[in-house]
Amino acid sequence: MANRDDIKFLSNPKIGGTRKKYCRFKKYGIKYIDYKDADFLLSFVNEQGKILPRRITGNSLKYQRKVAGSVKRARHLALMPYVTDLLK
Amino acid sequence: MRNYEVTFIVDPVLSGEEIKTTAQAYSDMLKGAGANIVHIDEMGLRTLAYPINKRNSGVYYCIEFQSENGEFTDDLELALRRDERIMRFLTFRLDKFGIKYNEDKRNGLIGKAKRPKAKEKKETGGRPERPERPERRESAPAAKTTPAPAKPAPAPAAKPAEPAEPAAAKQEEE
Repeated sequence: MANRDDIKFLSNPKIGGTRKKYCRFKKYGIKYIDYKDADFLLSFVNEQGKILPRRITGNSLKYQRKVAGSVKRARHLALMPYVTDLLK
Repeated sequence: MRNYEVTFIVDPVLSGEEIKTTAQAYSDMLKGAGANIVHIDEMGLRTLAYPINKRNSGVYYCIEFQSENGEFTDDLELALRRDERIMRFLTFRLDKFGIKYNEDKRNGLIGKAKRPKAKEKKETGGRPERPERPERRESAPAAKTTPAPAKPAPAPAAKPAEPAEPAAAKQEEE
């Protein structure tokens, strides 16, 4: 039994370690996404300034639509860039 | 009654007084049209994310107002469009959550609470993962061995080691 320590690397430790994605708006009860809060919206955008897909952010469809709308409004007001490199 | 919000960017080349009078002119215009002004937020001078009209910064103003119907916004937008001092504007109708959000923000409930949350999540999600990785290899098999009845000891022994080591790793990072 003491030799169990040798066995532990036979299985890939990364398997089963994936965290389940969730919608942070549903979880924390955030109902409104402010387009003026550019710092917050940056978390839904990649370093080129593109809106991240739902499959990566884990947002529910309802809030992903709101996020996308808010990001686009922020872009219009020059709070966020339309195109860049090395945003983060 | 519907709540609206108009955000606009004033040309920063104007003098401080001129900027204030421009913003005042629009709030007066709204009042004249029977709108009830809820709040005027001076967001101040900010650098733009991209140049507009060869300017790299702008003075942001946000006026929240209540109005019976939206007909008046057409006149407001036309005036904003014709005004050379205004670089950009956006009129937005607030839903009930937006009204509540703005109210809470004014009372200082949201601006502080919301941002740290988002950042904390990122930090806890992103940064400590790297130093933790070698420990996970140790802890994961330990969890697997727990179903075996003869080995209850290694699992509790591995658990207290986890919180201590990330702390040490953080100190090393700093």
